[in-house]
Amino acid sequence: MTFPGKRAGETVPVLENVSLTVNRGEFVCIVGPSGCGKSTLLNIIAGFLKETSGTVAVEGARVTGPNPRRIFVFQENGVFPWLTVEQNIGFGLFDKPVNIRRDTVRHYTAMVGLDGFEKSYPRELSGGMRQRVEIARALATNPDIIYMDEPFGALDFITRLKMRSDLVNIWQSEKKTVLFVTHDIEESVHLADRVLVMSKRPATIKEIVPVDLPRPRDMDSPGYIQTRDRIFHTMGMTAKIGETHVAGGRTLVV
Amino acid sequence: MSRGSSKWASIGLPVGVALVGLLGWDLAVRQSGSDLFPKPMEAARAIVELVEKGLLWKYVVASLFRVTMGFGLAVLVGVPTGLILGWFRPAFQAFNPMIQAFRPISPIAWIPVAILWFGVTDLAPIFLIFLASVFPITTSSMAAVQNMQTVYLRAAQNFGLGRFQLFRQVVFPAALPQVITGLRIALGVAWLVVVAAEMIAVNSGLGYLIIDARNAGKRYDLVVAGMLLIGVIGLILDIMIRRMERFDEVRWGYANR
Repeated sequence: MTFPGKRAGETVPVLENVSLTVNRGEFVCIVGPSGCGKSTLLNIIAGFLKETSGTVAVEGARVTGPNPRRIFVFQENGVFPWLTVEQNIGFGLFDKPVNIRRDTVRHYTAMVGLDGFEKSYPRELSGGMRQRVEIARALATNPDIIYMDEPFGALDFITRLKMRSDLVNIWQSEKKTVLFVTHDIEESVHLADRVLVMSKRPATIKEIVPVDLPRPRDMDSPGYIQTRDRIFHTMGMTAKIGETHVAGGRTLVV
Repeated sequence: MSRGSSKWASIGLPVGVALVGLLGWDLAVRQSGSDLFPKPMEAARAIVELVEKGLLWKYVVASLFRVTMGFGLAVLVGVPTGLILGWFRPAFQAFNPMIQAFRPISPIAWIPVAILWFGVTDLAPIFLIFLASVFPITTSSMAAVQNMQTVYLRAAQNFGLGRFQLFRQVVFPAALPQVITGLRIALGVAWLVVVAAEMIAVNSGLGYLIIDARNAGKRYDLVVAGMLLIGVIGLILDIMIRRMERFDEVRWGYANR
């Protein structure tokens, strides 16, 4: 994958030799340093961006564009501000009969804990509630796969923790395949079956770390901390705040 | 500002400023000893005179009629044109340079052309108002579509909307707040232009009142009365169009409201 560079004819390689197979019902997180191309990767997989080389296939069929079977949850919140909560959640059900639409909207509104806010507009909601609306909107069309691009990135720490736990519960009950991009290593270990660790640009896969821990996950358990530190190590950092190991074994304190 | 004082402040403060302004106007005229320029009370008496002669209502209606027609026509032409040009890149590339070349030509410069084409009829000012408002409306509608956040487009495409549904359900509502801002600017311009057009191209309306009062006997009390009426009606028009910004479907598009 390359992007056009700043000068004409110049291209900037963004992704190189990224190869990944995701199993049905699996929760996979993609982590990497900011600007490494993990969002680009997800946008290619979802069909929003065209790859310059290589292929993306879902169940053997090549991806050529976005598809309602595979819904994207956006980093910058793609909830439509001119629609109410219930209109947003029912947005993808435009070709369904009214009663099915109504029941589905009610079901997913309750699942994400937004009962009582059906008639509210997004501007009246908090950031976390808006992300819940978008997740409910994605689930309501019953897709096979949900792509999530740093969906909790703009939320405060406590809200983020709550959203993660709720997402795991929803994923367990709905049995969707989830591909989740984040720069938050803790978050990836909390959520994923496997964590894909990417390098700086041009991004390649550094390591795929399986997270074989029971859910709900205990963030203080030795297994959790071990997995987390392994990912930190792969990314060339330690979990101690502000320390970065640079080549030659010196430690840079920021 | 505390909540308790806000109602008092929003009415009391501007009224206070207006009273001080009227007082200053009165004193300034007395000081100068001018017998042509009216004091506030004389301007008010002129307004009463217009009411008694039945001219006030007639001229206000004449001006508002022209603005309604010209502006309405500009909305009907400008909004769809702008949305389409904003959506289809080749159409934008083809037409935008011409639109941007016409836009800076003052509507006043069109007055001789308008008289040539339409004579001294209502059509001349309507044409001028149309010209004055169609460009800001088209340009802002165009920009509204072009500045739309891609995330809305992608989200809608993801759910499998066809091109027409995409336009109706996403592009139009996403553009609407900025379209309304364009309408507001255009209506302001339209109200400015109707006065100028009526001074030259017709025999009625508030613009005609002003130029006629000056030419036929230096009645500056009527001139100022006409100016005051223009100001008040312009204010009312702006308040009316600002109401559109309060609807839930567009309120998200304006900061802090």
